Amino acid sequence: MRKTSLFQKIAAAPHILWAILFIVAPMIFVLYFAFTDAEGKFALANIASLSQYGNVFVLSIAFALIATAICLVIGYPLAYFMSRQSPRAQKILMVLVMLPMWCNLLIRTYALMALLDNGGLLNALLEKLGLHKVSIVGTNFGVILGMVYDFLPYMVLPIFTAMTKLDKRYIEASHDLGCNGWQTMTRVIMPLTVSGVISGITMVFVPSISTFYISQKLGAGKIDLVGDTIERLFQNPSTYNVGAAISLVMMLLIIISVRIMNHFSDDERESGHGKSGKGGGIVP
Amino acid sequence: MKFLSRCYIGLIFLLLYVPILVLIVFSFNESGSLAEFSGFSFMWYEELFNDEEALSSLMNSLILAVSSSVIATVIGTFGALGLHRMRSKYVKGAVNTVTNIPMMNPDIVTGVSMMLLFVAVAAIVKSQSFFGFGTMLIAHVTFNLPYVLLSVMPRFKGLDKSLSEAAQDLGCTPARAFFMVELPEIVPGIISGLMLGFTMSLDDFVISHFVSSPDFQTLPLYVYNQTAHNVKFSMYALSALIVVVILVILLVVNFAGSVGSRKASKKRR
Repeated sequence: MRKTSLFQKIAAAPHILWAILFIVAPMIFVLYFAFTDAEGKFALANIASLSQYGNVFVLSIAFALIATAICLVIGYPLAYFMSRQSPRAQKILMVLVMLPMWCNLLIRTYALMALLDNGGLLNALLEKLGLHKVSIVGTNFGVILGMVYDFLPYMVLPIFTAMTKLDKRYIEASHDLGCNGWQTMTRVIMPLTVSGVISGITMVFVPSISTFYISQKLGAGKIDLVGDTIERLFQNPSTYNVGAAISLVMMLLIIISVRIMNHFSDDERESGHGKSGKGGGIVP
Repeated sequence: MKFLSRCYIGLIFLLLYVPILVLIVFSFNESGSLAEFSGFSFMWYEELFNDEEALSSLMNSLILAVSSSVIATVIGTFGALGLHRMRSKYVKGAVNTVTNIPMMNPDIVTGVSMMLLFVAVAAIVKSQSFFGFGTMLIAHVTFNLPYVLLSVMPRFKGLDKSLSEAAQDLGCTPARAFFMVELPEIVPGIISGLMLGFTMSLDDFVISHFVSSPDFQTLPLYVYNQTAHNVKFSMYALSALIVVVILVILLVVNFAGSVGSRKASKKRR
C-alpha cells in the first residue's frame, strides 16, 4: 500500500503558491485595472472607450490572418518536401529551420529592415540595375512581410514533425488503391497532418496579432497595431486602465480563436500549446 | 518532381537566410553603409567589445537566465512530483491549466499583467524603485514554469510505480525513495526543462520590457534601446556573433549526439 507522505503532499505547494501569486493575481489585476478608473473606482469608461480602438483591432486581426495564411501556403509544401528528403538531409534542414527560431526576434526583424530599407542593400542593387527603388519599410506590405519572415519557421516545424510521424504505409496504400498524387495529398496526407497545421497556425497567429516590434521597425512607426497601442498605453500610468482593457479583449480574442481552432484537431492536447514548439529541437 | 521540390526548398531557405547573411557580411563593413561594401574591418566588433553597457547587459542576461531557470526547475520539478501524486483530478487539472497560462497568452499580455501586479504592490508598500532584478527574476521564473512542467511531467507519468514501492518496502522513507529511485529516472526531463528555461529567459524581450528598470538591462533590452532610433553598426556585430553562437550550439546538440552514438556502436563491434 502506497502512502502519501507529508513530503509528497507539500511537494507541489511552492509551485501552487507561485502560480497563485504570479499567474492568477496578475490576471486579476488586469481585470481590476480594466474595470476601474485612475483613482481606483469602479468604471466602465475603459470598456466604453474601446470602440475608438476598433480600427486597430480590425487591422491587427487582418494582418495576423494574412500573415498566417501566407505562412501556411509557403510552409505546408516546404514541410512536405522536407519530409521526403533523405534522413541526413532532413536533419540538416531541421537545424536550418530552427536556427532562426532560436535567434532573437529583434535581431531577425532588424536584419530584414536593414535589407529592405530605403538606404538598404535591396534598393542599392535595384538602383545599380537601373530599376526603380521600392519602398517596403513603412507600408502594410512591409509589416506583413516581417511577420511572415519572422514566424514562418513556427509554421514549418510542427507540420514537418507531423509529416515525419505519418506512417508511410498509408501513402503506399492510397497509391495501391488507385489514388493519384493529388488525391493522396488531399485525402490522406492533409487530414493526417491537421494537428501540425493547427499548432502551426496558433504559433504564427498569436505572436503576429500581439507584436509591436515588427510594426515599429518594418512599419516605420506609421502602422499602429494592437501591440503598439498596448505598449504605448503602458508607458504612462494615467492610461494603464485603458491598456488593461485592451489587453483583456486581446486575451479573450485569442482564447476564443484557439478554442475554435482546437475543434478542428483530433488531439487537443498536442495542439494547444502556444509556443512550446520552440523546445522541439533541443530536447534530447 | 524531385528536382522541383529541391528548388523550392532551396528558394525558401535562401529567402529565410539572406537578411541574416547580409547582416553578418555588413558587420565587417568598414564604411558603415548598408548599401555598399567598401572594405573589410573589425571596427564594429572593437566598438562592441569596448562598450561597457553591452558587456554588462550580457552579464545580466546570463545571471538572470541561470537563476530563473534553476529556480523554475526546482519549483517545477517538485510541483510535477506533487501533481503526479495528487488524488484530486480537479486540483491537478486546475493547476496545470493555470501554469500553462503564460505559455498560451501572448507575451505582451503576460508582461503587462505582471507589470500591473508590481505596480499595485509598489503602490501599497509606497516604494519608488520597485522594478529591477527582483521583478525580472519573478517574471522569468513564471514564464519558465510551464516549460519545466511540460518536460518533467511526462517522465513522472512514465515511472514504474512498483520501483518506488519496493524501495519503501525495503525501508526507504518516501523522501529518500524519491531522491534515490525516482529522481535519476526523471533527470533527462529536468535537464531539458532547465535548458529550455535558460534559452527562453535569454531570448525574452517582450515580458522583460514591461517589468524592467533602466538599471537592470538584459541583452535583448539593450538591443531594443540601441535600435530604437538609428542604425548602429555595433548591433550588427552583436547580432552576427549571436547567430554564430546559436548555430554552433544547435549543430553540437543535434549532431554530437549522433556522432557519439555512432562511436559507441563502433566500439561495441
